[in-house]
Amino acid sequence: MITGFILRALDGKIIVAIAILLGVAILVPALNLLTPPDSAFHIPTYAMALMGKYLCYALLALALDLVWGYCGILSLGHGAFFALGGYAMGMYLMRQIGSRGVYGNPELPDFMVFLNWQELPWFWHGFDMFWFAMLMVLVVPGLLAFVFGWFAFRSRVNGVYLSIITQAMTYALMLAFFRNDMGFGGNNGLTDYKDILGFSVQADGTRAVLFAMSAVMLALCLLIASGIVRSKFGKVLVGVRDAESRVRFLGFRVEHIKLFTFVVSAMMAGIAGALFVPQVGIINPGEFAPANSIEVVVWTAVGGRGTLIGPIIGAVLVNSGKSFFTGAFPEFWLYALGGLFIAVTLFLPKGIVGTIQHGFSSRKAMKAAREAEKGRDAQTPMAQAAE
Amino acid sequence: MNTIAETRAKSLLYLDGVSVSFDGFKALNSLSFVVEPGELRAIIGPNGAGKTTMMDIITGKTRPDTGTVLFEDTVDLTKKDEADIAQLGIGRKFQKPTVFESHTVWDNLELALNRLRGVFATLFYKLSPEDKARIEEILETIRMTHRKDELAANLSHGQKQWLEIGMLLAQEPKLLLVDEPVAGMTDAETAETAVLLKEIAKTRSVVVVEHDMGFIRELGVKVTCLAEGSVLAEGSIDFVSNDPKVIENYLGR
Repeated sequence: MITGFILRALDGKIIVAIAILLGVAILVPALNLLTPPDSAFHIPTYAMALMGKYLCYALLALALDLVWGYCGILSLGHGAFFALGGYAMGMYLMRQIGSRGVYGNPELPDFMVFLNWQELPWFWHGFDMFWFAMLMVLVVPGLLAFVFGWFAFRSRVNGVYLSIITQAMTYALMLAFFRNDMGFGGNNGLTDYKDILGFSVQADGTRAVLFAMSAVMLALCLLIASGIVRSKFGKVLVGVRDAESRVRFLGFRVEHIKLFTFVVSAMMAGIAGALFVPQVGIINPGEFAPANSIEVVVWTAVGGRGTLIGPIIGAVLVNSGKSFFTGAFPEFWLYALGGLFIAVTLFLPKGIVGTIQHGFSSRKAMKAAREAEKGRDAQTPMAQAAE
Repeated sequence: MNTIAETRAKSLLYLDGVSVSFDGFKALNSLSFVVEPGELRAIIGPNGAGKTTMMDIITGKTRPDTGTVLFEDTVDLTKKDEADIAQLGIGRKFQKPTVFESHTVWDNLELALNRLRGVFATLFYKLSPEDKARIEEILETIRMTHRKDELAANLSHGQKQWLEIGMLLAQEPKLLLVDEPVAGMTDAETAETAVLLKEIAKTRSVVVVEHDMGFIRELGVKVTCLAEGSVLAEGSIDFVSNDPKVIENYLGR
């Protein structure tokens, strides 16, 4: 059963993509750790951290593609799931600081001491254990997606209305997390991490492992996503996107299909957030900003929605562009992003990968049409009827 | 004596006194209507007579304000939603052909096949030899074997209509509701569709809504004429088309 699922997932392009990701997971850390800093092949730690960040964004874009590209749910709030996964990881990292904080309180993180809190709020318990925090990375975004999706999909909220309420969701969470008395560090968020599983988060070795984990998790989620979209379930998913009422009248429970996909996608976004936080060293309520979620939509659209690989390429390309522009011409970045989105919508509506695939398939279709033309058979019902 | 209770017990589909109104407009006005097992029935009527609304009520898309809707005398359809009703064995073809355009003809039929439809059942579904044989059989019936790998988007209008009928067959319904199957078809296609529907009706009940009188004559079945949300006349095509009320309301003089 599971093997069938995995075998189906491994179609040509996915194998190549997974092989590249696993190659990157080994090669980049190796070039960082094993080459001397003056070597031409050396990858400096800051560059590795930057690439690790891109991989996390790529995973977030992949998660969005699953719901938007295949199920037609345009979520403008996927940044919320990413941020929640990030906060779960951040809480673990805060608990690891222990008595090394500025106030030296072994139990409470600095910001709680600063607020004169006497004891740890109930929802911070358990986050000193790595396994529990990792579980929460999946459970918290998954649960939010479940509750949100349960109500939205049952009442058949669709299209623009759904997009707007996802946007409202992330905005509401942002406002909530900005408040100091929420207990998540307010404005400043969670930062000043010391170590993860006993290893310093600043050490090159730890950073190399975090980078490799980002690439491996992206490969794993790509495999799962590919298995989902290539199964019969995936075909139903595309059916929901293209002709929802037909799916319903065939006897499928559309709300269950959407809910499952939305929850899986939210969990993937949570994983992306959890890998992001130790690599950038901070999580704050700004991650919930609606603009962030919209940017994810741009990456996915640029790469090509409904292709799985496209959003990964889109996220890496757009963010590389962002890093370059904000370094070289800081004042132009937003114009470049806006221009890019307009250009893609106008000239590449299927995105980069979608356009390439379309080019291939239309060539194949033309060839098939030519073949059919040659052997035009009398067995088409039209021809039969015309006789 | 054919009592009401007997009619009800024998029926596959039983509608009694069904009314529904939208913003004050009475789309159905105390409609009563019975379909027996194995029956092929045609429904005619002017625009706004409530034909599509009736289908919406039977398939669970719309809830009636009042009235009884029973399937096989025991199941109250007004309490079920679309997915439940489809699983009970009522298939519906839309007025506009609705197929999955980005899937192949084969995949369209595979999705429609009457198998477990849960999330995990479909996630780990594997095409079995029986399912394969069934799909091939349906392809044969709708005469599309040679186009099985074609994307549904590339089919002609008439072929999409047939594919949709094929999908309904794959669903193995006991009752098939077909909304204007020959709209936009050529005369030759219309004739073939009549043959196809008669063939299908050998094994299940079919209700066809249609405007094309020639097509209905070709089907040669009992006709129900609806107007303003209730039944105007019922009987053979000749009987109905000679009814003065039908001429007045629908056919025109």
